[in-house]
Order: sequence, then C-alpha cells, then structure tokens
Amino acid sequence: MEVLKENWTGKVREVTIGATRDRGGTRTGSVTVGGETGLPFLHFEGITPNPPRIALEVWDTAPDEWPEVVREPYADVVSDPAAWAEKCVGEYGADLVMLRLASCDPDRENRGPADAQATVKSVLSAVGVPLIIIGCGDPDKDNEVMPAVGEAAAGENCLIGIARQENYKSLVATCMVNGHNIIAQSPLDINIAKQLNILITEMGLAPERIVIDPMSGALGYGIEYCYSIMERVRLGALQGDKMLAMPVVTFVGQEAWRAKEAKEPDDRAPGWGPQLKRGVAWELMTAVALLQAGADIMVMRHPAAAKVFRQHVDQLLSQGEGVA
Amino acid sequence: MILIGERINGLFKDVGRAIAERNPEPIHALAIAQTRAGAHFLDVNTGPAVDEPEKVMGWLVRTVQEVVDTPVSIDTMNVKALEAGLAVHKGRALINSTTGERAKLDAILPLAKEYGARVIGLAMNEKGVPKDANDRTAIAMEIVAAADEYGISLQDVFIDPLILPVGVAQEHAPEVLETLRQVRLLADPPPRTVVGLSNVSQKTKNRSLVNRTFLAMAMACGLDAAILDVTDQELMDVVATANILLNKEVYCDSYLEVARRAHAG
Repeated sequence: MEVLKENWTGKVREVTIGATRDRGGTRTGSVTVGGETGLPFLHFEGITPNPPRIALEVWDTAPDEWPEVVREPYADVVSDPAAWAEKCVGEYGADLVMLRLASCDPDRENRGPADAQATVKSVLSAVGVPLIIIGCGDPDKDNEVMPAVGEAAAGENCLIGIARQENYKSLVATCMVNGHNIIAQSPLDINIAKQLNILITEMGLAPERIVIDPMSGALGYGIEYCYSIMERVRLGALQGDKMLAMPVVTFVGQEAWRAKEAKEPDDRAPGWGPQLKRGVAWELMTAVALLQAGADIMVMRHPAAAKVFRQHVDQLLSQGEGVA
Repeated sequence: MILIGERINGLFKDVGRAIAERNPEPIHALAIAQTRAGAHFLDVNTGPAVDEPEKVMGWLVRTVQEVVDTPVSIDTMNVKALEAGLAVHKGRALINSTTGERAKLDAILPLAKEYGARVIGLAMNEKGVPKDANDRTAIAMEIVAAADEYGISLQDVFIDPLILPVGVAQEHAPEVLETLRQVRLLADPPPRTVVGLSNVSQKTKNRSLVNRTFLAMAMACGLDAAILDVTDQELMDVVATANILLNKEVYCDSYLEVARRAHAG
C-alpha cells in the first residue's frame, strides 16, 4: 500500500540550552531540542533529530502544596535545592533541572534577588546539566528577581522564564545581556503565542533563543484543547511560519498533580486505587498525550512517571529506525 | 502566494530607454527593488518592436542576474528570444508563456524540459481568448495533457486564465474566477494558476484599487501566483491579509509588520 505523505516546507528551529566550558559556561553537557521536520513520530514523513527531554522540578522552598506521594521521593532534600537537583540528576536521570524560585513569592518567604542568586549559583555548582529557571510568578517580583538571576547565571545559556505578553521586556533584556534562552508563554492562544514571539524578536533576541509554552492542562482538564493548540504550533512551523517554529516546553508535573485524580489521598478515594500509582499514572498519561501533540521539553515531578515516560520515548524513537 | 515582479518590461519608458542604450543601471535598480519587495520571480520583457530580440533578452536576463539570485520569468512570444534567455539563465527560470495551440506547445514545452524551467500556459488558442470558463478550462486541460506528455511536473505548470481589462471586457472577470476554481480540479496535484494582475485595471481610474480587489477575489478562488507590482505596498498588504483570511497563516496582531519586515529583509 502506498503511504500518502505530506511534504512540509518548514521545520522547527533548534534551541540549545546549557553552555559547556568551551562555550563560556560550566555545564558538563548541553541539550538541543527541536529541529523536527514532521509531526511527532510520523517517521515516514519527517525526522526527529533531537529526542524530547525530561526536566525534573526543583524548588527553593519546601513545596508544601505537592501531595505527599510526590514529595516523598525528595523528602531528604527539600530543604536544600542543590542536593535536590543533584538527586534529580544522579538518582533519577534528569536531562535538565527546572528550578522554580517559589520562595521569592511575596505570599511565601518573599526572598529577594540576592537569595535567589545564591540559590542559582549553588544549583549550578551542584549539577552539570543545563538549567531551566523560572520566577515565582508574581510579575513585579519576577521583574525584580529575574534580572539578578540572569546575571548570576551569565554565560550558562539557561532557559529562563516566564515571559508573557503583558510582561516580557525585562526578561528579554536579561536573556540578551547574559546569554540565555527564554520561555514565551501564551494562555492557550495560538495568536498570542505568535504575537509574543514577534514582540520578543523585535527587541533583538534571536528566534533560536525562544521556547514556546502554549500552556496545558492535565488529562481530564481540557487536555484536548491544549493538544489542539500545541499541534497547531507544530503545523504552523511545518507550514513555514517562522514565528511559530520554536520548540515547546510543557509543565506536565505541575498540571497533573493539580488534578483531583492525582491529589486525592487513599482514604478519601478508596475506590480509585492507591494514590501513588494513580498520581504517577496521571502524570505519565498527561505527558504521553502532550508528547504526541509536539512537546519537546517535559517538566515533570515524580521520578517514577519520568522513568516510564523515558522508556516510552525511547520506544517511539526506535520504531522510526529504518523507516525514515 | 508566488509573486512575480512585472516592472522590467520595455513598455515602461525607463526600461525601454535602458534597453535602447544597453544601460544596466536602471535594470539593476529594478531587480534589487522588486526582490527586496518580496518578488519570487522577476518578469523580463523586451517590449514590442525591439531590434534583435534574442540579443536583448539574453542581455536583460544576464543583467538582472548580475545583482540578484531571483529567477527570471522570461516573457516573450518569440521562441528564439526565449531560448536565448534560457541559455544564459542561472537557476530554474519561468517561461512566460505558451498558449494551448499545438504548434506552440510543441515548440515551447521541449525547451521547458531541456532547461528544467517552469512554464506559464495561457488559456487561449488560435481562436483567441475564450468567452467563458468552460472553454478556458478545456484549453488548460490540453496544456496539462501536453505537459504530461513531455514529462513536465504539473507543479511546474502555471495556467493563466487571462484576465482582460475590466473597462473593456467586464464579463470576463467572473469567468476567470470560475476558471481558477475549475483548474484546481483538473489533476491531483493540480497545475498552479497565475494571473497578469495589472491587466484587469488597464485604463481604469482606480488602478491600484481594482488590482487589490481582484487579487483578493482570485486568491479566494485558489490563485497560486500573480504577475504584479510588488512595490505597491497596499497590494502586498492585501496578499498578507488574504493569507490570514484563507487560514494559510496564523493571525497575530503584528502580522502585517511581519509580512512587511520579511519583504524588507
């Protein structure tokens, strides 16, 4: 039977995160994502030159809102982001560490730029993998903290976030000055995703330094819509739209562990099976779905979910051998 | 949308004079300006009643390609001049054009094959320009069949349904639009379509507006390419906006700036 193939004219740009010594940083390796020339895992239509990557999430403060089952693997390290990051890499095999500076939140410890800088430096010296660093999410506080963070990690070619249409300029500036890549987030809106990329490039940051976060929900919480948006980003890239041709990052762990099905403890949902298995499955299934939609970097939380997810990716990639 | 810049034509006084004096500078300037404005091809026409059309066409093609890599649309009814242009052209040219007459097809399609050129096929024959869409499409089908005989990919064949000046032959415009729709159904993948846009507005009082309006209508009917004034900014804005409205590009607030910037770069 003849396979009908699409002949795409465009491709996703490659973005490299992390700088080794010869590139002016101190990372032991860098990670390149993107470069796809077809829809995910349609090996007969295009290539996937860089495998999707897993980042594990590290906080600079105890993540009390995480359910107990996902805090448990990190119980011995939650008070020390450097040790936490080390465990993510050494024990759980993370490709990248995603450091969330949650403690800077005015509603939490309200720590300042100097503390954030110290945290970032300690994590940089604890692990050799590239870093994703995001602020606490409060726009004013992020504008105060993230430029200092960018400076503390100057030359390390981190992926820094989160830029939004309402608040991107200071983050773009720090990425340009200190040699970082940026996460451009849009609220499940393809038009804003494109517009924000245009605004960022108009400031002078190269499109090869942008990773799109089109936002997502967990399985059961509107994931179909998120899937469509993410797929539309990839289709845009393949059709030659240069302002959508960026790799995609998705915060899977954050969304999955917000879902009731993952959060409810055993005693409150006796009919649903053990929470650990249920929550890990929820994170894993969310990741698997968004992988098919075109995500390049999965920010995950539970190491068991990350482990099975990696096996799944390897299987999908190996099936392409000899076919492409 | 494939944009073919119309400006290097001996009918324009500046080009006519440059040809007569063999002065490359005006040709260079127009080649660069149209390429910057987004032209994918540059149409080159010696103009009527020029001495030694073969030599002039060869000179024009060489002169254009001295300053840009943009491929040339070699616009002539003279087969010798066409061959002279193809012989010196770098890259894959566009032959403008053949008609549906068998003798023309047999003279021009072998040249397209030999030089790996794309070719425009006018939906007319020895009887002239048909009055309605069905007759235009019938001629298009003959061109498509002949191209197939000569082993030319239909992706390299551009059917021109021939738009006439609206002030002279108003009834042709809807027939041209209908032909654009019909040609898409001739084969899978279908041949491409092209119009010489400025012809529609000949001798009208609002040339740019007539051009813009017809281009939007033709794009809605599936038009793939146009020979037009790529330096007309409002016309280029219509191309960018029609691409959005046809869902060929993702909308964003700055789509127009991006389109203009892409053309400026």
